Amino acid sequence: MKWGVLQFPGSCDERDALNACQIAGGGVNESRLVWHEETDLSGLEGIVVPGGFSYGDYLRAGAIARFSPAMTAVAEFAAAGGPVLGICNGFQVLCESGLLPGALLTNERTRFICRQGELVVGEADSPFLAGLEAGQRISIPFKHQSGRFFAPPDLLEEIEAKNQVAFRYAPGQNPNGSLNDIAGVTNEAGNVLGLMPHPEHAVEAFGGSTDGLALFRGPAPAAGAAA
Amino acid sequence: MSEATHRELGLTDGEFELICEKMGREPNGVELAMFSLLWSEHCAYKHSRKLLKNLPTEGPRVVMGPGENAGAVDIGNGYSVAFKVESHNHPSAVEPFQGAATGVGGILRDVIALGARPIAILDSLRFGEPDTERTHYLVDGVVRGIGHYGNSMGIPTVGGEIYFEPPYEQNPLVNAMCVGLARTDEMVRAAAAGAGNKVVLFGSLTGRDGIGGASVLASAELDEGDDAKRPTVQIGDPFEESKLLECCQELLAEDLLVSLQDLGAAGLTSSAGEMASAGGTGIDIDIGLVPLREADMEPFEIMVSESQERMLAVVEPDKVDQVLALCTKWQTASSVIGEVTDSGTFRILKHGETVGEIRVDDLVDGCPLYDLDPQEPAEWTYANRETIEADASPSDIALSLLASPSIASKRWAFDQYDSIVGSRTVHRAGTADAAVLNIPESNRAIAISIDGNGRRVACDPFQGTVEATLECAANLAVVGAEPLGVTNCLNFGNPEKPGVAWQLGRAVDGLAAACNALEAPVVGGNVSLYNETPQGPIYPTPVVGMVGELPDPAHVAGEGWRGGDAIALVGPFDPSLAGSELEKQRGQLGKGLPEGEIAPVKAAIELVREAVRSGAIRTATDVSDGGITTALAELAIGSGVGCEADLHPVMARRSDNPEDALFGEGPGGFVLAGEKAELEKLGGRGVDFELIGEVKGNEVIVKAGDARVEILVEEAAAAFDSLEDRIESDQAGLTH
Repeated sequence: MKWGVLQFPGSCDERDALNACQIAGGGVNESRLVWHEETDLSGLEGIVVPGGFSYGDYLRAGAIARFSPAMTAVAEFAAAGGPVLGICNGFQVLCESGLLPGALLTNERTRFICRQGELVVGEADSPFLAGLEAGQRISIPFKHQSGRFFAPPDLLEEIEAKNQVAFRYAPGQNPNGSLNDIAGVTNEAGNVLGLMPHPEHAVEAFGGSTDGLALFRGPAPAAGAAA
Repeated sequence: MSEATHRELGLTDGEFELICEKMGREPNGVELAMFSLLWSEHCAYKHSRKLLKNLPTEGPRVVMGPGENAGAVDIGNGYSVAFKVESHNHPSAVEPFQGAATGVGGILRDVIALGARPIAILDSLRFGEPDTERTHYLVDGVVRGIGHYGNSMGIPTVGGEIYFEPPYEQNPLVNAMCVGLARTDEMVRAAAAGAGNKVVLFGSLTGRDGIGGASVLASAELDEGDDAKRPTVQIGDPFEESKLLECCQELLAEDLLVSLQDLGAAGLTSSAGEMASAGGTGIDIDIGLVPLREADMEPFEIMVSESQERMLAVVEPDKVDQVLALCTKWQTASSVIGEVTDSGTFRILKHGETVGEIRVDDLVDGCPLYDLDPQEPAEWTYANRETIEADASPSDIALSLLASPSIASKRWAFDQYDSIVGSRTVHRAGTADAAVLNIPESNRAIAISIDGNGRRVACDPFQGTVEATLECAANLAVVGAEPLGVTNCLNFGNPEKPGVAWQLGRAVDGLAAACNALEAPVVGGNVSLYNETPQGPIYPTPVVGMVGELPDPAHVAGEGWRGGDAIALVGPFDPSLAGSELEKQRGQLGKGLPEGEIAPVKAAIELVREAVRSGAIRTATDVSDGGITTALAELAIGSGVGCEADLHPVMARRSDNPEDALFGEGPGGFVLAGEKAELEKLGGRGVDFELIGEVKGNEVIVKAGDARVEILVEEAAAAFDSLEDRIESDQAGLTH
């Protein structure tokens, strides 16, 4: 599957995401980085908006990246049903862009945290969750300083009612004060998914878990069918 | 800032006279400012350079040695790893967050300047005891500062160590080590070459921050009024450096640079001067072409500004446009500010008019080197403080050691660092004695360790430094790695004082002896002197960083043991309470450590390495602070399973004092666990080997003669995890 991984000035995990795309594709090297000024996504079957500190996280995490030319193209790609995965900073960018509901606030304890943790797969209907069962637990590292998922009460209710929760932190493992333990959500259509934890850092055995591969493999059959 | 006299700038009368003699006239203000920085201790190593000549620096794997921005060793398949450790102690004492952040930023640039991509950061930190508000403030700021810079850059912080000792209360140590990966044939040196080639400055704008940092802060003792020196601390911007890193990588990949140098202490003066010196050239810099943050800066301010996130490159004239275009792509400012000449002179111009002119040799190599006047102190010169009850039982002592700030878990700190970005981290901080990074480019992994127990070095500078070096090699051995090279940071007090001079000389001798024995060349390092306050000097603290290689990251012994495993003690471990954590708690520290031979320790290191590589041994750790009992308890805490061990064989063979066996420290001891039959294969191999117990139950039981430690694993874990609550800053919750 041909993924495009966005690269902003200040991105950190874009090569890791590219690496995960390749491993998920059985080592086939057909994915590439997409420079933030690019607007032509033709030929790409999926987009990853990666983690890091795009534009230094100045103003607010993700607030500047949403204005990049590449994000305009990603919005069109998503509107056409293309699968878009936002990880950490990428999740923040997608929320800032309005492609996903809610917002990410500074962690309750204000400190950066980095640790391996467990997620519970939600009920959302998304190609990214194709290889996972609702209620299944997966081990994925999280690392962020602004990962506290927030939505006003009526929006939160809507997200829950429409089954847009993709992942929750396992009971007792919510690291940041996220509402309803939410670690990741999808858009209504399910083709855009954002999460704070880092599936691209759970793809090789030496790192302790390969549970993250499922997210990168999920959309493959659909993309293959479309192609 | 107005122009100052030579004394205000830290030059002695004799040095000033020498400058006048070399120039044949008195220097003007710009020239004097430049001399004062390059002739400072921080830049000229004038009190340590003679000693450092004794260190072994050569070996078959050395690609770059001392004198370059960082050292580098070959790891095969066309790749090298570059690494260096550097201090940012005084800036961190004055402003901990920015001091630590820019310390990380500075060491990253050293590695970037070689053409390497940084792949790991480790930190060695020293603070006063965690029961004071000052320590809370410093720890909070330093840990946040390190995290802020490394996390934002996307470089994992994979390890490090933190010790808490009273002599560091006013003068904390912040040593940061960076390891980078480069294709050997793409690495670039810092030597200017080719008269007529252009000098390009790129990165952040040049401002007034950090003016005189190297001479004002780094080359003098700290005293009361140091808050007023905050303006001499630089401000870091990791976003700028992130762009700078990617920009440098692309410039080198496109083969657009003749040479590259970062701007650190002493700014343009040092970078341009050292480039010309290394290349045997001259250099012209026109400060009228330097992009400034503030319009009205004086020539000397531009020349000595320590604004962060800047690099200097030498570029062939026909490649300048491509270089500037790539800088624009990465949104980093760039400007041609000068030219390489064959004059041998460093000329400072302002819009074409000469405002300063110094012979490169005089500036860079002209500083007099001083002999030290060492004298061994007759007595223990540091304070002692009793913090444990005289009649504490062995079990109470064991818990007290686990809760000791220097031994207790530092997970609260490591959890604030991104340890996995880059997708190479096999073992992150706190999960093994050494960090392990996968290097698929050369089909192997590297292991990195950093160590330096200042208290033991204070007891005996030679033996303490030997032990720090052996400890690094032991940490590598337990993950199956063998040493490739060493970097070091020598943190000491005022070398003009005879007692400190003696510590420094003996420590360098110890480092040389251990590195020679291990055949591990010293490929780079840093010296930080004048670490003292009116309360006295710090413990002498040589921090040793070691990089090694291992063939297969899949065969890395984890620290977790399993019920039923047998436990063995391997190596010529001869424990003593001298200089130990227990002796500190009893307020009985004094001069001297038992002397030991290095060769038998080396043999044990090799045996353990081989055993781990074979995959037969699941669990290996070296015996370090707090002795065997602490090592066993830490393994039990890590896996949740207890153990029962009898140290009778240790006592029979060595000291018959139970406390020595239970809590004594010293080099050369390894605890291994695994299947008994596999462990027994390690006996009879010329290295001391004893089976001492079994993994079982929910208690840590360790017997030595009549003495018996018996504690629940959960009690041990509670003690081991107790530091976070004690260290939590009164300012927690404030973000930067």
